[in-house]
Amino acid sequence: MEAPYKILILDDEADWLELCRDVFAQLPSKPEIRTCTSSSRALGMLDSEPYRLLILDLKMPRMDGLQVLSVVRRRYPELRTVVLSGLEDEELRSRAYALGADLYWLKNDMQRDSKMFLECLESLLGRDLDGGFRGIQSKGLMDIIQLECLSRSSTVLRITRGPLVGKLWFQNGELLDAEAEGARGEVAFRRILAWKSGSFENLPAEPSRERTITKPINALLLESAQTMDENANPASETQFIDARHRHTVWKLSLLVREGADFVIAVPPEGQGEPEAIGTQAVDLAAWTRHTTEVARQLGEKMEAGPLLHLTARSQEKRLAIFSSGNRSFLIGWPLDVADKKLLENSKRIVASWDS
Amino acid sequence: MGFIDYIKRLFRSRAAVQKLPQGSLTVDRDGVIITCTVSSAYPKTLLDEIGNEVLAVFQEARDAQLPLTEVNIHYGSFLLTARELRGGVIIFLLPQSARTQLPT
Repeated sequence: MEAPYKILILDDEADWLELCRDVFAQLPSKPEIRTCTSSSRALGMLDSEPYRLLILDLKMPRMDGLQVLSVVRRRYPELRTVVLSGLEDEELRSRAYALGADLYWLKNDMQRDSKMFLECLESLLGRDLDGGFRGIQSKGLMDIIQLECLSRSSTVLRITRGPLVGKLWFQNGELLDAEAEGARGEVAFRRILAWKSGSFENLPAEPSRERTITKPINALLLESAQTMDENANPASETQFIDARHRHTVWKLSLLVREGADFVIAVPPEGQGEPEAIGTQAVDLAAWTRHTTEVARQLGEKMEAGPLLHLTARSQEKRLAIFSSGNRSFLIGWPLDVADKKLLENSKRIVASWDS
Repeated sequence: MGFIDYIKRLFRSRAAVQKLPQGSLTVDRDGVIITCTVSSAYPKTLLDEIGNEVLAVFQEARDAQLPLTEVNIHYGSFLLTARELRGGVIIFLLPQSARTQLPT
């Protein structure tokens, strides 16, 4: 008989740990549950014996949950991690996911809907046992949508690409509605499909959602694929120049809309030319590439977690550097731009750049 | 014996966790650390490397006709802020916790 999986729960509140023990004892796979109130001790426990799942709080003294996550992800890549936090904060949620958390759940929600929470935990615990695969990074959004339809799923697919968030509502394999960037229906669906990459999660179905899409899903997918194909592979040279021109104009309008001065998209060394919009200063591409690399290496040596972004200030400009895929983006802003706008709009520019 | 081994492993692994540096350091234009408030337990070689690399970021930006006054590097659980200081640089090292409001 196989030994039961071990779960480690890390939280600085002893009462909460007791409650968790009682709740998780109801899991069908009957895992062994260990608890711990200190981050450094938890890391020691993880080192001393194999655990399947780590459930941790974020707000803790000395080393907090985010720091634990960054250590754990590197040291124990197979370990599943669930953040169970009392903080309802989207910023924290995305920071936790960026650090590799498998699930972010609010403590209140856990108490309110413990059945669903336990189902999620059981799924995380037993995924390998069921013979399934973890991660479908090589699959495009079209494949994922087709899978939902073929399996006649009822679910809400929440798709995120950086700061962009879209939702698709499915009921018995039929697409009911879509929502993205302030649009609804088919327009939103096309916008979401134009995103080149991102992540998704399945939320509970909403059968009462108003239906705005009546076209069959295959027809919608075919139309979108045709449009994307025409944009990517123009038939003649004139069409090619036209497409390139349209692209440049679109990117300029994106800059104007977001309020930025310029963008330089920098590929890795030897993998093509930098693309500069709104500036001629392509000399900055080498600086951007090198600075990003230096920052990444320093972060690894300090064990500071993944590099999120860089910001800088000169006498005339403010700058932001973000990475997406294998490229770095240097975005120039006016000196008086607000901090929040600089961050959020930079993320939007990077996320929309290739759409 | 099994229990003693378990305790040994527990303590060995606790020692292996490197704490994030916290404090500030000033580096002159030659990359020499002039003042430092980071705990002396933190590896000196790593602090030297941080100082030199950050200084180089400012120098290379100057070479690219973009003299910078401030650079912030944001990590998942850490923030490094550096300000130009008459050819040298002052660097602030701030671990970021869940309680910390993220600055830009």
